[in-house]
Amino acid sequence: MKHLLSIADLSKDEAIEVLDTAAELARLSEGTVKKFPTLRGRTVVNLFFEDSTRTRISFEAAAKRLSADVINFAAKGSSVSKGESLKDTALTLQAMGADAVVIRHGASGAAHQLAKQEWMKGVVINAGDGTHEHPTQALLDAFTIRRHLKENQGDLSGIKVGIIGDILHSRVARSNILLLKKLGAEVVLIAPPTLIPVGVAKWGVGVSYSLDDQIKSLDVVMALRVQKERMNDLYFPTEREYARGYGLTSERMKQMKTKSIVMHPGPMNRGLEISAESADSQRSVIVEQVANGVSVRMAVLYLTLGGATFKELASSGESL
Amino acid sequence: MSVILNSGEISRALRRISHEILEKNHGPENLLLLGIPTRGAYLSRRIAGAISEIEKINLESGTLDITMYRDDLRLKAPRTLLPTNIPGGSIDGRDVVLIDDVFFSGRTIRAALDALNELGRPKSVQLAVLIDRGHRELPIRADFVGKNIPTAKEESVRVHLSEIDSIDEVLIEGSSQ
Repeated sequence: MKHLLSIADLSKDEAIEVLDTAAELARLSEGTVKKFPTLRGRTVVNLFFEDSTRTRISFEAAAKRLSADVINFAAKGSSVSKGESLKDTALTLQAMGADAVVIRHGASGAAHQLAKQEWMKGVVINAGDGTHEHPTQALLDAFTIRRHLKENQGDLSGIKVGIIGDILHSRVARSNILLLKKLGAEVVLIAPPTLIPVGVAKWGVGVSYSLDDQIKSLDVVMALRVQKERMNDLYFPTEREYARGYGLTSERMKQMKTKSIVMHPGPMNRGLEISAESADSQRSVIVEQVANGVSVRMAVLYLTLGGATFKELASSGESL
Repeated sequence: MSVILNSGEISRALRRISHEILEKNHGPENLLLLGIPTRGAYLSRRIAGAISEIEKINLESGTLDITMYRDDLRLKAPRTLLPTNIPGGSIDGRDVVLIDDVFFSGRTIRAALDALNELGRPKSVQLAVLIDRGHRELPIRADFVGKNIPTAKEESVRVHLSEIDSIDEVLIEGSSQ
């Protein structure tokens, strides 16, 4: 892997390699090995133009467990708030010797821009760009599903995943749909019509406006956060009405299959898309998703940065 | 390309190594066999099988992946991680025997020692290899050797094991003989 910009760039085999690598790293981390020397001397910059707690901390923890040096860059209080462009920020980071940049940006395509413009030589990892993609979240979700329902092996064929709620604004949903389908799972989107994007028919997924119709058949119930900060229009009448139709309540959970699991990418609006009892129930793997996030991001950093990078291989003339 | 060990010779060498491991460690009680994937892991399983048969016990064998500890990571594209599996969960206080197929520069074993260092503190660490082909680049030696084979540096030694290669044999190739 050269960069990780979107799930669309990954082949099925590459995706499974990330999951297998993460599984092995998770197993080792559960034992006594807390730190690997693998990325010693490499510098990873977390370049966050949007607020984030868990993704940034997760990447930071992952890089540190691989012995990389981590520099955190938050746009607030930096030269970006003085009007610096992405290009100049990138050139600055290049001059400081960043080997990898983990970027979160409010504009869709920011990570691509950074990677394709050759402003910097390092690896670019997309940690969320606008409403486009959030590939590491999709990988950690697939990892969590595989761990619970497929014994940590192979792909996700035979699994039915319901993604519920704000599909329209969700980069998590977009990456998840791409990856889950790539891995052979069946995906159904469940939301009020106003929160389903136009052109969804081309994505090859099912669409339903009723959670109650679907919940009995799902292996994975993935609730999405209602992104109030991106909602400039009225997408549903009231929060109470949304919760009544699409909230994951304990009554609805009683309808679920015995082995099925409840997921949420966080942060949660308890009482809106998911009730407090559901979030804290036995079926909920929401806290485990966070732990798995570190293993998956370690795997991504290892596979992009652990060996010789593409540039180093190209300059040494060795075959790829 | 020529065959330097055939199937019978491999199994006799492994049997002798099994006896030597038992002799040196005064029995199997504190032993922990760790094979280095891929082929070291199969050899480790065979040696564990032979020791179990000799001592009428059930000795498990484990694996130790050294990928994350290699010193040549920066020279090649990232390698796939292989499983690490420690029977009994801990290496603390055990007599660890590392098992690999071909002993060459010694860098793999250096990486394995680093990996062990992260896992705990064994009582002792020993090394068993099927083939020692020389050309050490580090001050590391083997305790148990199946066969010493003088080689030229540009030659390559290939170990084939029936578990994955459908045949047991050791070949040497790429020489000007």
